[in-house]
Amino acid sequence: MAEAAAKKLPNIVINERLCKGCSICVDFCPTNVLEIRGSVVAVKDLAACTRCQLCDLRCPDFAIQVFD
Amino acid sequence: MSAPAAPEKKEKISVPFDYNKYLRPNKLPHIWCPGCGHGIVLKAMLRAIDKSGFSKDQICVVSGIGCSSRTPGYVDFNTLHTLHGRALSFATGIKLAKPELKVIVVTGDGDALAIGGNHFIHTCRRNIDLTVLVFTNAIYGMTGGQYSPTTPMGSQATTSRYGSIEKPFDACEMAKASGASFVARGTAYHTLELEKTIHEAIMHKGTSVVDIIDACPTYFGRMNKYKSATHMMEVLEKDGTVSVKQVDKLPPEKVQGKFLRGVLHKDERPEYCEQYASLIMEKAKAK
Amino acid sequence: MAEKKKKLLQGNEACVEGALYAGCRFYAGYPITPSTEIAEGMSVRLPKLGGKFIQMEDEIASMAAIIGASLAGLKTLTATSGPGFSLKQEAIGYACLAEIPCVVINVMRGGPSTGYPTGPSQADIMQAKWGTHGDHPAISVTPAYVQEILTETVRAFNLAEKYRTPVVVLYDEIVGHMREPITMPAPGEIEVVDRAKVTCKPEEYFPYDDKYEVAPLAPFGTGYRFHVTGLNHKQDGFPTNDPKIIRENNERIMRKIENHKEDIWKNEETFLDDAEVAVFTIGSTARSARYAVNEARKAGIKAGLLRPLTIWPFPDRAVAELAKKVKAIIVPELNLGQMVLEVERCSRGATKVEGIHRVDGEPITPAQILEVIRKYK
Repeated sequence: MAEAAAKKLPNIVINERLCKGCSICVDFCPTNVLEIRGSVVAVKDLAACTRCQLCDLRCPDFAIQVFD
Repeated sequence: MSAPAAPEKKEKISVPFDYNKYLRPNKLPHIWCPGCGHGIVLKAMLRAIDKSGFSKDQICVVSGIGCSSRTPGYVDFNTLHTLHGRALSFATGIKLAKPELKVIVVTGDGDALAIGGNHFIHTCRRNIDLTVLVFTNAIYGMTGGQYSPTTPMGSQATTSRYGSIEKPFDACEMAKASGASFVARGTAYHTLELEKTIHEAIMHKGTSVVDIIDACPTYFGRMNKYKSATHMMEVLEKDGTVSVKQVDKLPPEKVQGKFLRGVLHKDERPEYCEQYASLIMEKAKAK
Repeated sequence: MAEKKKKLLQGNEACVEGALYAGCRFYAGYPITPSTEIAEGMSVRLPKLGGKFIQMEDEIASMAAIIGASLAGLKTLTATSGPGFSLKQEAIGYACLAEIPCVVINVMRGGPSTGYPTGPSQADIMQAKWGTHGDHPAISVTPAYVQEILTETVRAFNLAEKYRTPVVVLYDEIVGHMREPITMPAPGEIEVVDRAKVTCKPEEYFPYDDKYEVAPLAPFGTGYRFHVTGLNHKQDGFPTNDPKIIRENNERIMRKIENHKEDIWKNEETFLDDAEVAVFTIGSTARSARYAVNEARKAGIKAGLLRPLTIWPFPDRAVAELAKKVKAIIVPELNLGQMVLEVERCSRGATKVEGIHRVDGEPITPAQILEVIRKYK
């Protein structure tokens, strides 16, 4: 746990205006970082993010990107 | 628990791609439904264009009518949204008039293969330098879910309530038979592979056709009992396709009934505009 | 050099000369009788001038290709006849709404359907106005002589560029296939209108800038990146659902023609000053009419001829004024009654209007016209 806390966390930028809540990013995230909250995507577990970018690559709506 | 590896980690990117460079300001959100694959394909297309090195002024994006044909409105190039089925004809005019433009045609399966079928085969035959991206979602989405020329037999649509009885087209087979010098297939699921394929198509001189399988969860999905966009991507795009690179290593039963992904055909055949310049114009001037 | 160059040309060959004189550098077409000589001529001539010719897979594609090439900055032409003109209508409407200049030649043959491919007709007059769906502007020019096919083709290109709209050149098979000696115009002799140059900065450019009635059109690939669609659009070219903008744009594309009818109209008047009976007609029928009017004058009948070289917009004022002066307007035409309806509309009951119609693939003869003229002496 201490190790995880020391790790620099990524910055997941979600554009709620563009997100249509299709859940593709949630479903394909290999480490369950995301969830649908209300009608748009939200970060549930940032520490689990591996920066794999799959959410961005498969997002049809230009609504999510992962920055270092 | 250790994190499972991402399905596509070969080209891991550390900095996300800046799509805004190619998007027109204030045009998003796009009109596509939640979970529609077209947005995923559009993003792959923009990354491929970026990699190609063409400037925004050199790129011309032409479309017909339908959901996918709304693409040009969002992207900051010379853009033309034409008539149903006719994108390739408008594009042929642009390309021949100004060969220095890189012309990319964005079309749907109904647009390209039904109402525009004649233009499709003749464009391929001429081998004019157009990059043709066929967004194949097996349905007419814009009009509310009628069966299209790629709807699989037995599938439901609003005009095939008893199951479609028509044999679907294979856009790649048709493109190849018609003479296109670059024929490939990708899916929205395999988005990095798709980016590479589109890039290769753009860099190819001649008619390049990329058939892109993507999902219409709103119509095809709901009417054919798919649970979600994700479900469609897994069943139709991931499990429904096999990479040409793997096909020889797989037993026949794992290949049967699946679409091949990757570059399916490539030859270096003379390109139409170059032929026009080197043969026709030179001969005409000499005469 | 002072000697004018004379040539014996077929109507369709004169069309090629006119198009090239006007600066046409792109032709897309599909073979169809009786217009094919235009495609053949362009295929030989264009590449010598650095221009492009392409034979497309069908009429629809040909129309679409010339619109695309026009957007790339070239003056563009296609030629066809009735069945092909029907197929081109969808894209003609696109060019009307998207305001893309181009010229369409329709060498009229007998219809409907495949009809009588080698016979003359003037039955596409209404189609040239109403052929594509929705309200839309229409300009059509109607040459009657081989020399005129050349000059009117140049004028068609000029009008297309000036008003950013498709222009249809309508002539019948007789004029298209007739051979006459013509005088070739020297460079600069006939006015040639080129596309208005865009001078503003790219970030200030709107393809349908509402500062203008007809905004300048920047060619693709010149740094002005913009969007063109067949949907109702705003001044920036992007689709809109705004009722006010939709109305304004739909009205403007009509207005840009309506407000400039004086500039677009062109009539030839023969013996109209003191005429008591007038003939109104176009194309090969006007050639018969001219003969008939001359014969009538010899017989002491005060007959005259109003021959429009612009049939759309319809010469409503000329007809209205004529209707007040004459006992009758006779409208011979190779159809079952098209122009005659417009003449009736514009004469508003001020005179008798009588049509002469023929659809058997034969021309209307001077004798046929003279016979009707005599009724009104």
